[in-house]
Amino acid sequence: MSARPLLEAVGLAQRYVLPRRLFAPEAVVHAVAEASFTLEPGRTLAVVGESGCGKSTLARMVTMIEPPSGGRLLIDGADVAGADAATLKRLRGEVQIVFQDPYGSLNPRQTIGDALAEPLAINRPQTSRAERREAAAEMMRRVGLRPEYADRYPHMFSGGQRQRIAIARALMLRPRILVLDEPVSALDLSVRAQVLNLLIALQEEFGLAYLFISHDLSVVRHMADAVMVMYLGRVVEQAPREKLFAAPLHPYTRALLSATPVADPERPRARARLKGELPSPLAPPPGCAFNPRCPLAIAKCRVDRPALEWRGETRVACWVA
Amino acid sequence: MAADSTRPAAAIAAPSTLRLFWRDFAANRAAVAGLAVLVLLALAAIFADLLAPYSPYEQFRDFVRVPPVWDARGNAAFLLGTDEVGRDMLSRLIHGARLSLFIGVAVVVASLALGIVLGLVAAFFPRWPAIVILRAMDVILSVPGLLLSIVIVAIIGPSLANTIVAITIVTLPNFVRLVRAAALSEKTRDYVVAARVAGAGRLRIMFRTVLPNCMAPIIVQAALNISNAILEAAALGFLGLGAQPPTPEWGAMLASAREFLQSASWIVTLPGLAILVTVLAINLVGDGLRDALDPKMRSG
Repeated sequence: MSARPLLEAVGLAQRYVLPRRLFAPEAVVHAVAEASFTLEPGRTLAVVGESGCGKSTLARMVTMIEPPSGGRLLIDGADVAGADAATLKRLRGEVQIVFQDPYGSLNPRQTIGDALAEPLAINRPQTSRAERREAAAEMMRRVGLRPEYADRYPHMFSGGQRQRIAIARALMLRPRILVLDEPVSALDLSVRAQVLNLLIALQEEFGLAYLFISHDLSVVRHMADAVMVMYLGRVVEQAPREKLFAAPLHPYTRALLSATPVADPERPRARARLKGELPSPLAPPPGCAFNPRCPLAIAKCRVDRPALEWRGETRVACWVA
Repeated sequence: MAADSTRPAAAIAAPSTLRLFWRDFAANRAAVAGLAVLVLLALAAIFADLLAPYSPYEQFRDFVRVPPVWDARGNAAFLLGTDEVGRDMLSRLIHGARLSLFIGVAVVVASLALGIVLGLVAAFFPRWPAIVILRAMDVILSVPGLLLSIVIVAIIGPSLANTIVAITIVTLPNFVRLVRAAALSEKTRDYVVAARVAGAGRLRIMFRTVLPNCMAPIIVQAALNISNAILEAAALGFLGLGAQPPTPEWGAMLASAREFLQSASWIVTLPGLAILVTVLAINLVGDGLRDALDPKMRSG
């Protein structure tokens, strides 16, 4: 717990400027604002929130697909923003990603053997073709696929198998950080558990740090060590898993938790229903972004935005909680 | 050891892509018929020197304007008759097939290669390279194709090679725009992002990741453009700006014989029929390719 974090994000922000249109002022979307967190080897940080809350933007920044527009991203102590080309190349190899849709994330015209060998061919051109094939076969075995399938194309596989392929491809460079962007939400329930268990096993074997993005709290409960709840681009609550599930502080977290189905018909259901829609990120409400939908909102919430503050092990951004 | 264990799996591999493609293609009867005609034409073109009974240039002065063999005045020595200076029509048509198919294929190969490069650049460099390329294509498109190729040939001089250059330029925008559109829609897909995260450079993503996934509509377009190129070349030949007499080019043959339309109609009809059959066959094959390769473009 005390060792230097593998990845450290400080006040990470991403804003998109929409092109000016006729008679419309320039619009700025703050997709992510002031996100700070750390990733440590062998541990999982889950990011939870509705669609449009900035989860995927966060993933794109952490994987260096998009440079953040603000804040700092340190990987292994090195600042990504100031890194030279060689360092950047090395850092890119440290962070890989698994996408939500296993049908879109594999190149339909590439055999899966080639797909797995490609990262090696690009980053370690000194390896021979045979070595790369062997490494791909080894990784296929590791994720539970028969290496004989290497010459097949993605369309010959089921969704769960494809997700295993995507995971194998992400691990080919032996990264230390894996961003999982809703890795099981496109899979049906029986396959979902297999893939999650595979991810847990791989994490133990390789000591991976996971940034696990999900909107499914029951999956998060199974996987995460710590949870970060986002609403409209901002972190509203950040807590260790047990704390978050046992004693959620932010009203939004409580609403999310109460919306998760529980397989116990005896348990009394006290649902904190949210009213209203997610506001447009183009025009977030003043004060706390959650105030129009919040059951506890007070006058102050409509004017001042609460900062993320420590409450014991939890950090929460709420005036009331 | 590991290599051995992969052997038996190859035998149980799923049906190959080629076989699946053929199954879809063969479902279209017209396309198969077109392919058969096209294969015959291609064979005739390749083996023209062996198949043609005479040289296409040899003039039999004693047998000028002999009608085809089924006419009462026909001569068994000249199956499809002779033209206005006594050249064997069959030999000229067979050699003409070689020319026409060569023009069609050469134009398409050239505009395909150029179009892929320009189209991918336009898709991946959205700033000034894309603007320059796309505006240039708009300029080409803003002039009717045949008119533009006439202008180009008028500038660089009429010949077979220049015909190919002119028609390539006229055909180019189709490919550039098609490649760009296909690449733009593929480029945002997750597998392209995954390749970038894996460290793939821009060139690799353009040609190795994105291009193979754009090929289906491009192949269809290429097939259909062969017939367009043949028609344009024939039109240029007819106008006297393409292949020059005595080259046995179908369009030029039509032009030089059009005054005999009344008296010796076969001299005009046969090259015209040859163009018709070739273009029809290619279009049928193109439609079949489209149905088999690109279900999205399927009509009806």
